[in-house]
Amino acid sequence: MLKLSRYILYDILRNKIIIAYTLFLLAMSLSMFQMEGNNSKAILSLMNIVLIMLPLIIIMFTTIHYYNSYEFIELMLSQPMSRTRILMSEYSGACISLLTSFFIGVGVPVLIYSPDTIGISLLFTGSALTLVFTSLAFFASVISRDKAKGIGIALLLWFYFTLIYDGLVLLILFNFSDYPLEKFTLVLSALNPVDLGRIFIMLKMDVSALMGYTGALYKDFFGGFWGLLFTTGIMFLWIIVPLRLSVKYFRKKDL
Amino acid sequence: MIRIENISKRFKRLQALDKINVEFHKGQVISLVGPNGSGKTTLIKCILGMVKADKGRIAVNNEYINGNPCYKSDIGYMPQIGRYPDNMKVGQLFEMLQNIRNQSKEHLDKELIEQFNLITIFEKPMRTLSGGTRQKVSAAVAFLFNPGILILDEPTAGLDPLSSEILKEKILKEKAKGKLILITSHILNDLEELTTDIMYMQEGKMEFIKRIDTLREETGELRLNKAIAKIMRRGNADTGWIDKILNSVKEEKKY
Repeated sequence: MLKLSRYILYDILRNKIIIAYTLFLLAMSLSMFQMEGNNSKAILSLMNIVLIMLPLIIIMFTTIHYYNSYEFIELMLSQPMSRTRILMSEYSGACISLLTSFFIGVGVPVLIYSPDTIGISLLFTGSALTLVFTSLAFFASVISRDKAKGIGIALLLWFYFTLIYDGLVLLILFNFSDYPLEKFTLVLSALNPVDLGRIFIMLKMDVSALMGYTGALYKDFFGGFWGLLFTTGIMFLWIIVPLRLSVKYFRKKDL
Repeated sequence: MIRIENISKRFKRLQALDKINVEFHKGQVISLVGPNGSGKTTLIKCILGMVKADKGRIAVNNEYINGNPCYKSDIGYMPQIGRYPDNMKVGQLFEMLQNIRNQSKEHLDKELIEQFNLITIFEKPMRTLSGGTRQKVSAAVAFLFNPGILILDEPTAGLDPLSSEILKEKILKEKAKGKLILITSHILNDLEELTTDIMYMQEGKMEFIKRIDTLREETGELRLNKAIAKIMRRGNADTGWIDKILNSVKEEKKY
């Protein structure tokens, strides 16, 4: 599998957009750390970029890249290679290049300026989200043959996870505010990788003290070893499930 | 070498292939002929496993196709439009394919690479190549691994006369080695010198497969394109209107 992804990786790394993406992240994180005197404030601003901008760029880039390599996938299919292997090579190629950009753009500045638990959890969340949204992008592009439709689905997924979902959660919380919802919100957070990432980082910061009883419950849960395990597990599911579905669909698809 | 049993394929409203039964043998050069949208490319894609047929099955080298992509190592395929990763260099493409196929270097057939003089563009990225040059690359790729079966989809479209001649020479050479060659083309004059059999398709059905000599005898035409045109008219009453229009134009001119 690595044989093929090596070439895909090489192709993506030469792509101007991925270089621009790396530089954009690098400029953002450096300027955040330069402007804010307090490192944890800088991390907070950086967190918002990682949670909102990063998924958008990744899901768009991956979807467009998939459609651009459609003919290449066709060529590979005429070679003695299984469909699963082709899709997985494409996936790993995209993942490795995007992760590399993330580590150069955000990883290096964070490790220089703020190499503590908060910094590390930001990097962990960022890498997990990179993988999750690459999977989602593959899912969106495999299920639709039409490029415009695929990009539309990808955008809709991003809207859902960053904006619509939060609105829905707020709606539920307001309507059922008379009931104890702490455990329930914990479940809700697992249904959205972006929210999960946000809670995971926030609770490492001092601001969690401002969140009252729920914050205390969350801190109790996410602060410990089980919280880490829970986050990792749920993120892993968010990576695997869309990927499995797209492989399953891709195996039956007419190209 | 290729046996197609009762293959049917439907794309939503269009019946692309309708119960096709045919067998291709070693040493044959088969021309797939038919109007646009008659299912030629779909049939080729079925053989290559890119399109999954609704019914029926296909055997290549006496083994039924069932998900295992190994049989493709004996097939060389030249697509209608060859598109490759933008940033990949020509040389890298050949290197990659050799890597994937894992074939020993002695068995490689580099004749076309030499004759098309592709070595001079080995350092060029794929995106800078013209359509015709890409076509040359596709041809060289198809012949590279010395496969027993060659599938060429519109091989001479877009090639300049000299390159087209080189390719034809090469096809003749491989024919003499007793390989099975499957060609689709609209340029019937090109096929004339190469073909042993003609397979005619219309609206997803196979109308006939005949040796070229038999076809000439039956229609009484020596030129292949005239013979085919005669059959196309005979088989399809609707095409009579072309004659009517042509005749009426002539008659109008008389007055």
